[in-house]
Amino acid sequence: MAMTTAATAKRYSNSTYRTIRRVKTFGLYAGVAAVLVYMLFPYYWAIVSSTKSGQALYQFSLLPSLDFGNYWQLFHNPVFMGALINSGLVAFASTMISLVIGILAAYALGRLHFSPGRIILIAVLMISIFPQVVVLSGMFEVIGWLGLYNRPSALIVSYLILTLPFTTWILTSFIRDLPTELEEAALIDGCSRLRVLTHVLLPLMGPAIASTGLLSFILAWNEFLFALTFILTDENRTVPVAIGLLTGSSRYEYPFGQIMAASVTVTLPLLVLVLIFQRKIVAGLTSGAVKG
Amino acid sequence: MSAAERMRREQNRTAWLFLLPLIVALVGVAIWPLARSIFFSFTDAFLDAPANYGFVGLDNFITVAEDPVFWRAVQNTLFFTVISVGLETLLGLAIALLLHRAFVGRGIVRAAILVPWAMPMVVSTRIWEWMLNDQFGLVNKLLVTLGLVEKGIAWTAEPSLILYTVIFIDVWVTTPFMVLLILAGLQLIPEEIYEAAEVSGVPHWKRFWSITLPLATPAIGVAMLFRTLDALRMFDLSYVLAANNENTMTMSIYARDQLISFQDLGLGSAASTWVFMIIGLIAIVIVGVLRLDRATG
Repeated sequence: MAMTTAATAKRYSNSTYRTIRRVKTFGLYAGVAAVLVYMLFPYYWAIVSSTKSGQALYQFSLLPSLDFGNYWQLFHNPVFMGALINSGLVAFASTMISLVIGILAAYALGRLHFSPGRIILIAVLMISIFPQVVVLSGMFEVIGWLGLYNRPSALIVSYLILTLPFTTWILTSFIRDLPTELEEAALIDGCSRLRVLTHVLLPLMGPAIASTGLLSFILAWNEFLFALTFILTDENRTVPVAIGLLTGSSRYEYPFGQIMAASVTVTLPLLVLVLIFQRKIVAGLTSGAVKG
Repeated sequence: MSAAERMRREQNRTAWLFLLPLIVALVGVAIWPLARSIFFSFTDAFLDAPANYGFVGLDNFITVAEDPVFWRAVQNTLFFTVISVGLETLLGLAIALLLHRAFVGRGIVRAAILVPWAMPMVVSTRIWEWMLNDQFGLVNKLLVTLGLVEKGIAWTAEPSLILYTVIFIDVWVTTPFMVLLILAGLQLIPEEIYEAAEVSGVPHWKRFWSITLPLATPAIGVAMLFRTLDALRMFDLSYVLAANNENTMTMSIYARDQLISFQDLGLGSAASTWVFMIIGLIAIVIVGVLRLDRATG
């Protein structure tokens, strides 16, 4: 079998090989270009549309028209700016809390010989697949007891159900991959566990913490269901809900130019962060899953 | 007490101490709310006065099960999940195979495809809603210009099309996630196997079929599991595109509607408990099929 294929392959002349290789290379780049257009064009079109207003919005032109009226209106809209601040605060706070709790838990689950650890880890994984709607009624009550209803801090609390299992799981798998020698040396020297964690492990975990934190921030920044349900008034809303509820005074006055400006604004900070940290993000996304 | 024993106890105590914040937080935001939701599903409580309730047994569960709108939502959700996860997997695998090859600018391309994934679902929905607008949308303009249709198609309003539009948007949003996970799986396959196969003259399709696919299956399986469980609880995409339109209503939208729009805490809790049971059952079946229990150990 091997012999015959090798023999038939020899039939081609060198120039045919070159042509085949060229066609293959061309096909590869054409495919990559198609993928890029498919993935990026919608966002580009949102940018183009966001710089148009009035009649221009309905004209088919692939170039932006540099009319920043939509952005000007958006940045002078106190509700939208408030939503931007709320989103930032909520996502930042829930990420920070999740990272602190997650790092502590990951140390216990990844390093200490602790038999219930496996059960806890499985429970954490199961919580991350809860349909969020199933905790809605109970969470309503918890938020009521805490007196947080219709406050952005209600979201900080409720987002822990999304971000905490995630950070715990990824950081645990990361800690397991770190070499143990340094810690053992520190323990023999009489360091406490907490000191080992903060002085030996934490400096090594910088990249993992950055990527996990960023992913958890994105998760919280993009959340919709809780933000829609636990916040009643416009000034306390987060950005996805503000965009989700943005409508014109009638069906024919749908403010697409403004919606696109808002969409671009909300996505831009995430995209910048994602592009800067892309290697770490990919590592974070895949470490928990594929290594398994 | 031996030194080893003392060490074991010390580790146990430390472990519990370090896990305490996690356990407290997860009990507070997940386990207790879940238990209360299940509890309320047996009562006739209303959201404005949750303390004022009586027990009604399985009545709420029966009411939900007798509501054709609920079954419509279940049907929509299952259809959406199967079709969109299927398409995402195929598309994700194709793109991952393409990006797995060496070419100039591979790193940048891999970063760029993260864009749809990093966006809030609401934003993606709004962008596509604009592009698919029946009168002013780019997609219809293209189709009309190319002479494929005579006048714009109402992708987001036509009842027979809207669920497919939802699937289309979801595929766009989540394919990058699939690509990344499958790509990571492909990278774990040792290059030597391919070299050996090439030397022995194994044809391309057969290399794909009997090397790539089997070795990438664990990664594909995990990615599909994540995406399936995520798709089953989908809320934002359908809600933003069509609110509580019956053609796109998902199980989550139905349950939230009962709970918030109709303020019916008992009925809403029963509906969400149904959702929980349905998703739980599907999860058990998939995990059983994938034998993921072995993989996580």
